[in-house]
Amino acid sequence: MSTDVKKPDGEVAKADLVTATIDGIQVSVPKGTLVIRAAERLGIDIPRFCDHELLDPVAACRQCLVEVPDGGNGRPMKPQPACALTVMPNMVVETAATNEKVAKHQQGMLEFLLINHPLDCPICDKGGECPLQNQTMSHGPGESRFEGLKRTYPKPVNISAQILIDRERCVLCQRCTRFGEQISGDDFISLSERGALSQINIYASHPYESYFSGNIVQICPVGALTSVDYRFQARPFDLVSTTTTCEHCASGCQLRTDHRHFQVKRRLAGDDPEVNEQWNCDKGRFGFYYGRQADRLSYPLVRRDGELVPASWPEAIDAAVAGLKAAGASSGVLTGGRLTLENAFAYSKFARAVLGTNSIDFRTRPYGADEAGFLAAEVTSREIDVTFTDLENAAKVVLVGFEPEEESSAVFLRLRKGNRKNGTRILAVAPFLTNGSRKLGAVLVPTAPGDEVQALDSIAAELDEGTIVLVGERAGLVPGLLPKVREYAAKGLRWAWIPRRAGELAALEAGCLPQLLPGGRPASDASARVDLQAAWGIDHLPDTAGLDAEQMLAAAAAGSLKALVTAAVDLADMADPEAAYAALASDDVFVVSLEQRRSAVTEVADVVFPVALLEEQLGTFINWEHRLRPVNIINTDAPSVMTDVRVLAALADALGSDLGMRTPPQAQAAYYEITDWEGAKPGFTAAAGAPAQAGGEGLKLASWHQAIDDSRCLDGAETLRLTAPAPLARISPATAAALGVRDGEPVMIGTDSGEVVLPAAVTASMVDDVVWAPTNSGVELFRTLHARPGDRVRLAVVKTAGGAA
Amino acid sequence: MSVDVLTPTLTDNWDQPEAWKIANYVAQGGYQAARKAVGMDPDAIITLVKDSGLRGRGGAGFPTGVKWSFIPQTNPKPKYLVINCDESEPGTCKDMPMLMATPHTLVEGVIISSYAVRAHHAFIYVRGEVLHVIRRLQQAVADAYQAGYLGKGIFGTEYDLDIVVHAGAGAYICGEETALLDSLEGRRGQPRLRPPFPAVAGLYASPTVVNNAESIASVPAIVARGADWYKLMGTEKSAGSTIYSVSGHVKRPGQYEAPLGTTYRTLLDLAGGIRDGHQLKFFTPGGSSTPILTPDQLDVHLDYEGVAAAGSILGTKALQTFDETVSVVRTTLRWTEFYKHESCGKCTPCREGSWWLVQTLHNLEQGKGHEGDIEKILDLCDNVTMKSFCTLADGFVANITSSIKYFRDEFEAGYHTPAWELFPYEKSVYFPYERERIAVSEGADQ
Repeated sequence: MSTDVKKPDGEVAKADLVTATIDGIQVSVPKGTLVIRAAERLGIDIPRFCDHELLDPVAACRQCLVEVPDGGNGRPMKPQPACALTVMPNMVVETAATNEKVAKHQQGMLEFLLINHPLDCPICDKGGECPLQNQTMSHGPGESRFEGLKRTYPKPVNISAQILIDRERCVLCQRCTRFGEQISGDDFISLSERGALSQINIYASHPYESYFSGNIVQICPVGALTSVDYRFQARPFDLVSTTTTCEHCASGCQLRTDHRHFQVKRRLAGDDPEVNEQWNCDKGRFGFYYGRQADRLSYPLVRRDGELVPASWPEAIDAAVAGLKAAGASSGVLTGGRLTLENAFAYSKFARAVLGTNSIDFRTRPYGADEAGFLAAEVTSREIDVTFTDLENAAKVVLVGFEPEEESSAVFLRLRKGNRKNGTRILAVAPFLTNGSRKLGAVLVPTAPGDEVQALDSIAAELDEGTIVLVGERAGLVPGLLPKVREYAAKGLRWAWIPRRAGELAALEAGCLPQLLPGGRPASDASARVDLQAAWGIDHLPDTAGLDAEQMLAAAAAGSLKALVTAAVDLADMADPEAAYAALASDDVFVVSLEQRRSAVTEVADVVFPVALLEEQLGTFINWEHRLRPVNIINTDAPSVMTDVRVLAALADALGSDLGMRTPPQAQAAYYEITDWEGAKPGFTAAAGAPAQAGGEGLKLASWHQAIDDSRCLDGAETLRLTAPAPLARISPATAAALGVRDGEPVMIGTDSGEVVLPAAVTASMVDDVVWAPTNSGVELFRTLHARPGDRVRLAVVKTAGGAA
Repeated sequence: MSVDVLTPTLTDNWDQPEAWKIANYVAQGGYQAARKAVGMDPDAIITLVKDSGLRGRGGAGFPTGVKWSFIPQTNPKPKYLVINCDESEPGTCKDMPMLMATPHTLVEGVIISSYAVRAHHAFIYVRGEVLHVIRRLQQAVADAYQAGYLGKGIFGTEYDLDIVVHAGAGAYICGEETALLDSLEGRRGQPRLRPPFPAVAGLYASPTVVNNAESIASVPAIVARGADWYKLMGTEKSAGSTIYSVSGHVKRPGQYEAPLGTTYRTLLDLAGGIRDGHQLKFFTPGGSSTPILTPDQLDVHLDYEGVAAAGSILGTKALQTFDETVSVVRTTLRWTEFYKHESCGKCTPCREGSWWLVQTLHNLEQGKGHEGDIEKILDLCDNVTMKSFCTLADGFVANITSSIKYFRDEFEAGYHTPAWELFPYEKSVYFPYERERIAVSEGADQ
């Protein structure tokens, strides 16, 4: 089972320590430590603006100047910025605590910073949590002697759809520009002009486009950078802060979520050095409005005479129970990939112990034949193995079916740090060198979708012991790819599976797969079932093989599956959304849906239960490292406090059974009671035979989700959506030439089922005879084309007639 | 006083017809030193330059040969030589006339110096505003290529050298060596954090020597005539001859090449003295960033040590001369305005300090100062001195404090009387002066 164990830090050898004296106190720090960090260790407060522990020093603001009576060589130095001065043996440093000159430097510097600062704290979003305000109070002069003219500017200026700058507030610390350059790699902001008129600016032809732009708002030490979403929304001192975990991807970034009057006002990156350090992506920061849309469900619905009508909870439970009883064990559960461990566990137990079926699957997305078996055998019950820190320190990382910047952005940032600081060699097995890969300094292993197995073999010499292979959600689509990774793992490399959605690891551990019981027990293993029966105090667990997601839908369409319980399923995520919709709409299948908002499933459900939002419940995510990530209650005044666990418990009660848990904490406790399985793990044998090659006419389709797209998770985050990359159809120059396509002109990607039109982007690194398009940006690609990555599609120039494209 | 004190070395051929043409330069013995140097052991050249006592002519006075010896020859990266010709300081005007008159002296110096530090690429960074100088230098470099003095296998040896003439974009800060390197790399010109020093990681993170144009132009003569000859000129610690640029209220402003340690009294005589009917009030020894000196310091030896002992800096030896008609308050304000405009904006004390000081000095010039302004100015200067990122701010602060030191009463007068009433501005100029026009522009300043 995954546990949150911190690996022991490499003990610093005595020889690598240097000893210096700060304010008369001796301190020993590792070689290369900066004076400001050494002072922090001693609890000595040195004010600063430009210094940031995760950014390279710039020594621009001069606020942290200290006196150095002895530089370690017996000679005094002129006043030095503590943020850029490396501790030397026998160095003597004096801060404001012991040296009046330093106190004067600091007062003088703050006085300088304030002469051109507007002092509009009462209307500034930063007021109340502002380092400039705070440090002026703690280290600044009480009064300014400045009586002249301040610099002023028209305000504010948009540097992107989301980010605004009030230039007169800026103290030119360059934290934001250094973040863009050093951390995210999106160096589209820079200083322009000079002297006191220096200002943070964007290129005339290019807005500040970055998935990480919100971080610059957070690290701005004044109120110069603000977000459109949060500007003038709240005062920091009115906010209540809660530490929690982001629900948008499997990185599990720590968040600080601030709410006021029981409404979330903003989310900030939490500080978790092991996971997201102090950063997060804009999706995690600004994508939290989905639960407050008009489609939010607040009461149960029951279908009567073909119409969904509001119902009381007892009425809805009676209706659901009637349908589920009639179906008996001919029922299944689809859980989606976004549930917490607690909720997923409740569904898993509900399926097995209450409905009596092994038909449960969390993979409401395209998947291949190998995937479930591989995940059950190789991913479930893993201890923390490959970590974010390992990625940073790895000699080599290979990305397969995984686009970190789009699909797990904290992984992207850590890989970039590794590449920048430690020279990590990164290889991207992908159809083209994406912008994200370029920022990682990655070497492209040009690979058409479906050819990843051969691609891995072609770089076999690179796959040594110092290598970490990261496989993404799409790897499961490629026959033989996951077994191939395991094959190389046997030779010494390490690997990790990084799904796109936050709940997939938890769903695995909870046993939301047909062949997998909770805690890594094989469903087909009688002793595992007996073990679980004993733990759960029940006589029987189903021993028949369950159906997976696509099989369940096929069975529902065929009339052989009588009932389906769905949890937060978005049909658009499925490989064939229309077939899934038709299956659920079949009169023969009774659909009970537990969801937060009206969806396509609602339209065809027989009973609908509204369930609590993530911000209204406790829970746990398991991130791709297998690290437990706690979810905390933000909003204690929710309109619906019925969590999935609670609704399932009520259903179980009415079905004459006992789920054994009614709240997420009880579910968590119940889960940990059954994680002690020491018997056989699920086995996995790779399917024999060479992977099938998709032959045929046309181009191979490559596609993945862009981080900011039309996902329902981002509903309401309209400003964020404006920062999404424009959808493009990428093809290689040779393919473009062969098809007569010019860069930028509209092209049609089509199959017999449908077609989409996108502007062509002729991409030099693109593999020939492949077209890439985003999965859900402007158009639902899979729904329209009835095609999955690797399938063949047609591509043609859209003839423009009379100026109409 | 006769002209015997002059020691034309760099300026030797300035009076020759079309001295800037390669044929004329060669005819006068040009490129012989370079030809000789590329046959020598590079280390021997470094030793020679060390022995000559040549020190940096850009202001800091660091021994040139020692700087070259800091280049780690074990570093596998390419070595670069960068010539700082971003001469932009008010009053400083030695490199530009030199490049106009005899660009090949610099090119020859670059060849020898690059060979000594094992550089195969040299960059000459020229101030962008002086287009005529840039063109002349570009022509000189092109001619040197044509003659086989640059490019592959120069002078028939195995040694390759390319020179790039790069024009700046008009920023004083790019005369600071690390800002110059950033600018040369195509970035915004701002000083870099040190360490690493340019000798270890300079241009493109490779070992780089950055030298002033005059320093490098001095090298051919040293190679041709030897270190001992060079040491015959100047003082023990400040060897050689240098160009003194005399400007302002003198009868014959211009470039005077004389041994280091020459006094200002001597140079003033050479320049014909102060204009008739006036007396010297104050002068700068080395441009507007060096603390001013007064007639009491006429006999200070203008070498690195002598000027330092007098409380100033030799700097670029730009002797701006001001007679008694000049308002020190006004002069200080104009200088500070220059630095406010040229502050790169990277660090707080320089950026904000210059913004504030200009406003306060402006009030004093207008006679609108307040009691205590001088103490405030001195305190602000103290908050800037030694606390800024580079020495730009130290330069403007030193000038303000030295002006107040010698002429405090003029600043105090600024509490009640405009500077133009005490020192009518039209009296400072050589040419007819329309008070009204200036009054309008003064008004526009506010």
